[in-house]
Amino acid sequence: MDPLKRVENELKKCVKCGACRAHCPAFTAFQREPAVARGKVALAQHLLEGDIELDDATYAAMSKCLLCGSCVEKCPNDVPTDEIVMVARESLAQKRGLTTFHKAVGQVLKNRRLMSFGAFAATILGPLFFRKVPQTSGLRLRFPLPFVGNKRHIPQIARKPFLTRHPEVIAGEPGKPRIVFFVGCMTNFVYTEVGEAALALFRHLGCTVIIPKEQQCCGLPGMSGGDLETVRQLAEQNLAALEKYEADYVMTACATCGGALHKFYPALIGKRHPELAERIRAIADKTVDAAQLLQQLGLHPEETGAGDAVRITYHDPCHLRTRAITRQPRELLKGSPGVELVEMEGSDKCCGLGGTFNVYHYETSLQINEGKSIAIDKTGAEAVVTGCPGCMMQLSDGLKQRGSRTRVMHTLEILARSLRS
Amino acid sequence: MLESRIIDQLKKIVGDDNVATDRQDLICYGYDATQMEFLPDAVVHPGSPAEIAAILKLANAERFPVFPRGAGSGFTGGALPKGGGIVLVTTRLNRILRIDTENLIAEVEPGVVTEQFQLAVEKLGLFYPPDPASLKFSTLGGNVAENAGGPRCVKYGVTRDFVMGLEVVLPSGEIIRTGGETYKGVVGYDLTRLLCGSEGTLGVITKIIFKLLPLPEAKKTMLTVFDSIDGAAKAVSTIIGGKIIPTTLEFMDYATLQCVEKRFNLGIPAAGRAVLLIEVDGDRELIEKQAARIQELIKPLGLVECKVAKDAAESEALWKVRRLVSPSLRDVNPTKYNEDIVVPRSKVPDVIRKIDAIAQKYAIPIVNFGHAGDGNIHVNVMIDKEIPGMEEKAHEAIAEIFKAALDLNGTMSGEHGVGLAKQPYIPLELSPVQIATMQAVKKALDPNGILNPGKMFPT
Ligand SMILES: Cc1cc2nc3c(=O)[nH]c(=O)nc-3n(C[C@H](O)[C@H](O)[C@H](O)COP(=O)(O)OP(=O)(O)OC[C@H]3O[C@@H](n4cnc5c(N)ncnc54)[C@H](O)[C@@H]3O)c2cc1C
Ligand code: SF4
Ligand code: SF4
Repeated sequence: MDPLKRVENELKKCVKCGACRAHCPAFTAFQREPAVARGKVALAQHLLEGDIELDDATYAAMSKCLLCGSCVEKCPNDVPTDEIVMVARESLAQKRGLTTFHKAVGQVLKNRRLMSFGAFAATILGPLFFRKVPQTSGLRLRFPLPFVGNKRHIPQIARKPFLTRHPEVIAGEPGKPRIVFFVGCMTNFVYTEVGEAALALFRHLGCTVIIPKEQQCCGLPGMSGGDLETVRQLAEQNLAALEKYEADYVMTACATCGGALHKFYPALIGKRHPELAERIRAIADKTVDAAQLLQQLGLHPEETGAGDAVRITYHDPCHLRTRAITRQPRELLKGSPGVELVEMEGSDKCCGLGGTFNVYHYETSLQINEGKSIAIDKTGAEAVVTGCPGCMMQLSDGLKQRGSRTRVMHTLEILARSLRS
Repeated sequence: MLESRIIDQLKKIVGDDNVATDRQDLICYGYDATQMEFLPDAVVHPGSPAEIAAILKLANAERFPVFPRGAGSGFTGGALPKGGGIVLVTTRLNRILRIDTENLIAEVEPGVVTEQFQLAVEKLGLFYPPDPASLKFSTLGGNVAENAGGPRCVKYGVTRDFVMGLEVVLPSGEIIRTGGETYKGVVGYDLTRLLCGSEGTLGVITKIIFKLLPLPEAKKTMLTVFDSIDGAAKAVSTIIGGKIIPTTLEFMDYATLQCVEKRFNLGIPAAGRAVLLIEVDGDRELIEKQAARIQELIKPLGLVECKVAKDAAESEALWKVRRLVSPSLRDVNPTKYNEDIVVPRSKVPDVIRKIDAIAQKYAIPIVNFGHAGDGNIHVNVMIDKEIPGMEEKAHEAIAEIFKAALDLNGTMSGEHGVGLAKQPYIPLELSPVQIATMQAVKKALDPNGILNPGKMFPT
């Protein structure tokens, strides 16, 4: 069956009003209708009707989506274009085969043994990280990817992944909430300090923090590439890991992972695997963002976040914004002594990372990011703070390319300033 | 099908990257908010008036149709390439050329998005009032071509009232200016007014000079609930009779309230049969007085509830009721025909009653809301295309609704235009001589019928 059949009714909901033109970052960048949500929905409809081919032009249009959900949030008719695009990519992948990049992603994501530092860096982050490697290097030949470019600034990869640093259960005070920490790849391999900050904060509140060792990548790169079979396998492994211990919450400090557990697992996997649906729902209902949960549990940022005077600005990750988590991190940040929060213009605009969008459309992704960098620097902030390690990487790349010295930090790093100094 | 020779010539004019012929592109420029679909032979994205002129000259020489398009948010299919030809997209012409704070005017290109322009002038303490609900994505060129209106038009007027001058590429490919930068000007025919609302049939607008106003200091929003539609209608005339012209007088009928309540549970009192959203703007002190006066005036008219916003956030919460109308309609039936009739203000209850009777007669749900202040009502005929015969019945119902509006000295369309959607009904409103007069203008300017052909008039 054509996977698009599953979203047939969703496709019909689109009335072609064009409201998404105002909110779609892909459209803002490309300025052509096939890139806007409405265009992609129309193309998916025609694909389903079988009157266009799965040719390069269809492929190109479907690749122009950051899966940011901005259109979905603003669509008067609740058209889930992000989901539709993933399913369209699945349909494309089934008929045309996965691209080399996504095949590599799939292999690594599926194979737990490969989830070691080396394989992860080489394959998932490889395309991003090896841009600085000369064109002629054998390394590049091993990754024959559809993009080239030597500009990208690469974050340091952690010596010791976060997951290997701590025991699985860190007991807190009795009667206090029990929290399962879903770490995510970026925190595990790159921004380990975000994981440490999360741990410190929830321990400060007396919570028991559980960090299941068997947890995997959330699978967003797989969803992004239409490799939903891989995503299903990952989801199953993650479900098992997250269900292993009795807990009150599943906490993420990565907006993208949170979005996957909260929204995309139920929409993409739950719907087609009814046998998993209930478990997926249960985890989705428990999934909370770290800042959201900290506020809910009554964190006093004046106890944990005090530090030197610093002027910051806040970037809304799409996958927090579309879950209405915009107020909580700001309130906590403002409550941290020494922190001055200055709003940038367009804090709600996408940073341009977009799943694997920035692999295929690196220049455009940077172009989207450039406006962001300019807005950040205009505030005169010393640091831009956000709630997603994916955004952190993208923001820091953009800022460095502009020669800006503004630092990039996670909300939790600010909130835990006095805990860890 | 256009010959590849012509495609090559188009590419020479605008550059290879700005001519698209892939089926995917044709699909994406073949629809608008009517949800009708007609595929063009090519999509062209010109970057200057000179390029547009060259395209239209070529179109005359080679006799192929050209369909101007802004954002494609039109409700009547004005931008749709019925019968094939090229779609000419204006969105690359998207610069605000100048904002003149001394003369309170601005000059823009047609592809600028309405809201972007509003924000730019507001930064300078100026004000461009026309506010179609599509302002976040519609283009100013599309607004002028459709003479778009919005809630604020009660007080400030429609797009046309702010257009002082235009630069237009005529169907012949010649470029002219109409009007100018002066508030007064009586030399020759008023071509500016002719072009406002001409739906891309008489020329391609390439520059617009707008008049601006000083930005009002503040605004105040009230949500008022009445126990009858007559009470709400009486409130409108009482407020205006009381020498207050609100910025906005949006109304929602009982059917609309039921939709919104059912889906969003906003807590509108059960006795409510009609809602008016009232907004005043101006000096802070003045609007406080006006708001108080309005409450006094409407109290005896069956007022069930009156909520007054204290700040911007509360105002937004009240507007939410209005904004949630569209999303909640789908619950009634999947497809809506969205008509926008106008009647003289005082006739609003009469026309609503007539529409209710039509809804009963055809057994089709009809939901009414809109701009009570200027008698412009959005009549939403809600149908399910899967039910056999319903679509045909809807068309009959719509014809009756138009007749009802016309009988009350109204018009079929206040803002959305004719395009393809209302074309069949045109003879209800315009006499053969009126139509012939308009067609003579069209013929004089576009003898070969290359610019947006097949629109507006019955074919
Ligand atoms: C959700 C929604 C809400 C809406 N609310 C309102 C409302 O409140 N009030 C209102 O009036 N309308 C409203 N509309 C209708 C529509 O947005 C307006 O008619 C708008 O002005 C169209 O602008 P556009 O750029 O999308 O034009 P398009 O749809 O692309 O084109 C409309 C017409 O203008 C012509 N045209 C476009 N650009 C040019 C140009 N440069 N030169 C010559 N002709 C040109 C086209 O040929 C076509 O005939 C709404 C539409 C939607 C989808
Ligand atoms: S996706 Fe939503 S916002 Fe975009 S055109 Fe369709 S209905 Fe409108
Ligand atoms: S998910 Fe984001 S990029 Fe994709 S269509 Fe929607 S708004 Fe555009």
